[in-house]
Amino acid sequence: MIPKRFDYYAPASLDDAIRLLGEDEEAKVLAGGQSLLPMMKLRLAAPTALVDITKMAGLSYVRDDGDNLAIGALTTHDAVEHDRTIKERFAAINDAVVRIGDQQVRNRGTIGGSACHADPAADLPTALLASDAQFVIQGKEGQRVVPARDFFVDVFATAVAHDEILTEIRLAYPPPRSASAYVKHSLRESDFAMAMVGAAVTLGDGNACRDVRIGLGSAGPTPLRATSAEQYLMGKVPEDDAIMKAAEMAAEGADPPSDVHGSREYRLEMIKVLTRRSLKLALSRVK
Amino acid sequence: MKVNGKQVSGNVEPRTLLVNFIRDGLNLTGTHVGCDTGHCGACTVMVDGKTVKSCMVLAVQAQGAEILTVEGLAEGDKLHPIQEAFWRNHGLQCGFCTPGLLMSGLYLLQKNPDPSDEEIRRGIEGNLCRCTGYVNVVKSVRAAAKSMREGEVGGA
Repeated sequence: MIPKRFDYYAPASLDDAIRLLGEDEEAKVLAGGQSLLPMMKLRLAAPTALVDITKMAGLSYVRDDGDNLAIGALTTHDAVEHDRTIKERFAAINDAVVRIGDQQVRNRGTIGGSACHADPAADLPTALLASDAQFVIQGKEGQRVVPARDFFVDVFATAVAHDEILTEIRLAYPPPRSASAYVKHSLRESDFAMAMVGAAVTLGDGNACRDVRIGLGSAGPTPLRATSAEQYLMGKVPEDDAIMKAAEMAAEGADPPSDVHGSREYRLEMIKVLTRRSLKLALSRVK
Repeated sequence: MKVNGKQVSGNVEPRTLLVNFIRDGLNLTGTHVGCDTGHCGACTVMVDGKTVKSCMVLAVQAQGAEILTVEGLAEGDKLHPIQEAFWRNHGLQCGFCTPGLLMSGLYLLQKNPDPSDEEIRRGIEGNLCRCTGYVNVVKSVRAAAKSMREGEVGGA
């Protein structure tokens, strides 16, 4: 299968890339291409032009910027997987990337591409939401920073406008006694997951929850925060009963689809199971 | 671009996939097209030392890159240790997935010269064998790991 005809540009700078996008409404950014190219081959997408941003330097990095860990949008999943700081301090992100696709896809696919593709059944969006990531978006007027909650707008739609480019994802270093985890359920490893949950916790005095974030994937058009479950756990010691109750509440707020991979009812049950597992795994990692 | 150590060039439409350029443009038909949707891994090649599915990369994206295909593994009549290991351990049945599995196996061993069976299974998870001959594939990669480690010690 061959995609529909398109023009190809490999600009040397971000400014050129943004200009090219501005000139053609049907142009699309090409990063790793591990979702976009298959979609183009299946003719689910037919952009008139691709603006390949991988030929410009400087968007692939993981660096400390003081309060945050800053990850360049073109950092591959493989590079994220092997970054020690991410593994130690943002375990949910590591849990998610190690299970993305396969080695070949991880060698090519990028964190920014996955975020911008915004597939509700993809791994990273949910993990990024649970990690409260910030998204740095560059446009012709300059830069803006959008929190994860506002970044994912709809199925395959994000806050990044047509003539803007996501350049960096920032993860704020969590306070002491914090940890996170991401778990998912799929029948075969390479399938899209039927449900996925990311959890991040911070414990305070007497092991009570000082902060809780729960992100649900494949549970609606965008990854969702299980807000009521989070509020319920705040200030409580997260013992089995409380976790069980929070998991029920998380499923109440979810709206998963029914399809050939699994019914809505089944997915709701899996959201409960995975909410429990992700919270317990995150709690087991708190030092 | 450089393919198997040789400089090559060509003019292609932007929509030409790397796998088509390799097979039809360069006549290197060892790299297979299986599913053509990014699942099966039969089209796996190395681009600048990293395995990719060449049906999910545009030829223009690989401009200036160094490509290694299955044809670049053997030196003359001497099989690469990983090819030798697949041959000796019956790591293939119909052979369709083999070019991709050799590349994924080699990439794994370059990163991890002594992988566990679990690590081998993870390393080849992007390659489907329609004969389901995975047990012997894992055995072959394990054998290749051993011979490549010993080869280095022995300086062969």
